[in-house]
Amino acid sequence: MTASVDVKTLVIDEHQVSARAGQTILEVAREHNIDIPTLCHLDGLGDVGACRLCLVEIKGSNKLLPACVATVEEGMEVSTATERLKKHRRTILELLFAERNHICAVCVSNGHCELQALGQSQGLTHVRVPYRNPELPVDASHERFTLDQNRCILCTRCVRVCAEVEGAHIWDVKGRGIDSMVITDLNQPWGESACTRCGKCVQVCPTGALFDKTKVGSDHPKYPDFLPYLNLMREAR
Amino acid sequence: MTLEELDQIAESTRAEYAKYDHEINVCMGTGCLSQHSDQVKDALAKAVAAQGKNAFVRRTGCMGLCAAGPLVLVDPEEVLYQNCTPANAEAIAKSLGGEPVKELQCDLREHFDQQVHVVLENSGHIDPEKIDDYIARDGYQALVKVLTEMTPNDVIQQITASGLRGRGGGGYPTGLKWGTVAKASGDLKYVICNGDEGDPGAFMDRSVLESDPQRVLEGMSIAAYAVGASKGFVYVRAEYPLAVARLTNCLRDARRRGLLGNNICNTPFAFDVEIRLGAGAFVCGEETALIASIEGKRGQPKPRPPYPAVSGLWGRPTLINNVETFANIAPIIRKGGSWFAAMGSERSKGTKVFALTGKIKNTGLVEVPMGISLRKIIEGIGGGVPDGHTFKAVQTGGPSGGCLPAEMLDLGVSYDALLKVGAMMGSGGMIVMDDTSCMVNVARFFMEFCMTESCGKCIPCRAGTAQMHTLLTRFCEGSGTMEDLDLLVELCATVKETSLCGLGMTAPNPVLSTLKYFKHEYIEHIVNKRCPAGVCNIKAPAPQNLQEVSA
Repeated sequence: MTASVDVKTLVIDEHQVSARAGQTILEVAREHNIDIPTLCHLDGLGDVGACRLCLVEIKGSNKLLPACVATVEEGMEVSTATERLKKHRRTILELLFAERNHICAVCVSNGHCELQALGQSQGLTHVRVPYRNPELPVDASHERFTLDQNRCILCTRCVRVCAEVEGAHIWDVKGRGIDSMVITDLNQPWGESACTRCGKCVQVCPTGALFDKTKVGSDHPKYPDFLPYLNLMREAR
Repeated sequence: MTLEELDQIAESTRAEYAKYDHEINVCMGTGCLSQHSDQVKDALAKAVAAQGKNAFVRRTGCMGLCAAGPLVLVDPEEVLYQNCTPANAEAIAKSLGGEPVKELQCDLREHFDQQVHVVLENSGHIDPEKIDDYIARDGYQALVKVLTEMTPNDVIQQITASGLRGRGGGGYPTGLKWGTVAKASGDLKYVICNGDEGDPGAFMDRSVLESDPQRVLEGMSIAAYAVGASKGFVYVRAEYPLAVARLTNCLRDARRRGLLGNNICNTPFAFDVEIRLGAGAFVCGEETALIASIEGKRGQPKPRPPYPAVSGLWGRPTLINNVETFANIAPIIRKGGSWFAAMGSERSKGTKVFALTGKIKNTGLVEVPMGISLRKIIEGIGGGVPDGHTFKAVQTGGPSGGCLPAEMLDLGVSYDALLKVGAMMGSGGMIVMDDTSCMVNVARFFMEFCMTESCGKCIPCRAGTAQMHTLLTRFCEGSGTMEDLDLLVELCATVKETSLCGLGMTAPNPVLSTLKYFKHEYIEHIVNKRCPAGVCNIKAPAPQNLQEVSA
């Protein structure tokens, strides 16, 4: 065994922790059971730092850093749940809930939804910003799955899992800003796309935007935990 | 190419022009061309030939005073004619060697005398499509000097000593950036010139690229030598067709002269540049989004670190600077870093090009030393607000900047001073507003810009700008409430602090600065349902019991 493992020591929420150089703050925090809320991050996928829920404060810096991509440094003092962060997280969740049509009562993912769970865990009691109520399409052209744009939060997990893990890259994003939408192929209906029907995108989708047609009511738990194992097995080969 | 060869070209070009008694420079930048200055030039050439005058008619880049275009400058008399038409050609040609044409003459000594031209030193004096014109005005002296006499470290030291800071808006010290890229390990490094100028009302980079493209290229080559790069890209908006055409031409000429390619100046140094066109996304001016765009991906920013200096284009160390930054390099090398550092204010050195637009008499491009007061720029050089209106605010830094009121006019312009009062240097756009502008509506305009230009990747910017736009629209329509105003302030804080890139982080600035200096206008819209400037079309009738509210 070589002795060249570069170890960094830092403080996360008053816990003294050690980490390997190159680890992200999020990885280290989770190893030590310190909870940092995330939405676009998923173990096994590349990080994009887009949802901004995992922002943490670093002592001595006014800038907030996304824990999913910021790497640890020696002597860092990280705070993961200050009042400032909590307030921003709630505002971001409010913005998400008001952006499209998130009506839990009629959603297949009710009770299994990461957005819903985050709203609860972050103490979101009401939404102050005006609901935008956009009219968005539902794509049910696929024989097994349905895409409901109304529930999409543009976390791009589907895009990443399809490109990085499945290797098909049928998902992408069109448009920009508030008009961004996930699309299949070059904006063809999902059923006519080059989809391999593997269903990984459905399993990683945090909300009810992608769901299995055979599921009814709110009976749609998702199992995205297979990804790290899949990656591990591929590396082992 | 050696120094002797360079001097030879310069000599012969100068000798060529010395044969003529007069040089007639016709501005053919985008502004003047839109007023058919090409026809003026043709007519002048014809008139000169017909009258047998010994004069040379030259196409040049921007002369700065775009409001008075098309402009014609007669040298060596230095007579400037404004609003020229092809019909004036006869008279101008006739006047050569005699009295100038009085009715066309533009006498704006005050406008030009207060300016210091470093970046624009050749604009309006050389033909942007002739490399020899540039060489005749000391062009490429700096590159030859760098390649033959200086080590990369010397170059970086000169740039650091000059105190030059990034002209794209952020104001990051250029020498420091170059040093970081030079130290980064990698066999392949890139230099990128950011010409994706997208701020409404800003056209500095366009004018530099149109008027003096070789200068930018020389700056890039020097940078490439200093950081050890062998490949460069110029990223220009496709909306600047003239700049792209002149740049293409400039690259071809530089290759022909052996100033681009392999073994430049008989040294092992090799550098080549390609042009990449932007497809109309404002966010691609952000460096990581620009890099993604060059790579052929969706133009979306990435979290930093890693900074492009360490891992940029295709994962290689990449130096990325603005057009104006590169345009400053050659004079710094020629005249030394201390010459540059002697100009400007304490922490902002040198000069800055500003694009003056809006309610101002002398619309156009000006270059002034840093630290000059806003009043001197707007009332002195700019000629003030026309038509008897009164000055209300100046918007600096485009959608990332802020609106400053009349009380701030004596502020010296520098990166830190502007940041302190809630505005920003930005790339150098300056939009002047008078009493006919409604500040709430202005804030809404910039928010609409940010909303439509947001890439949609991170939530605060994507949904936050849209929500802020909704709230601002409510104010403009007279349906806003004081609760909405509180919510707007909270949204500003979240979007500013949590957004992924500079676009989102600075998107609330126009709202925050108008709230800071013009809050009474917001209150007037909300409480009295009245737009003081009479811009907003508020349909709801004013309530009977008008409340007195002091902001």
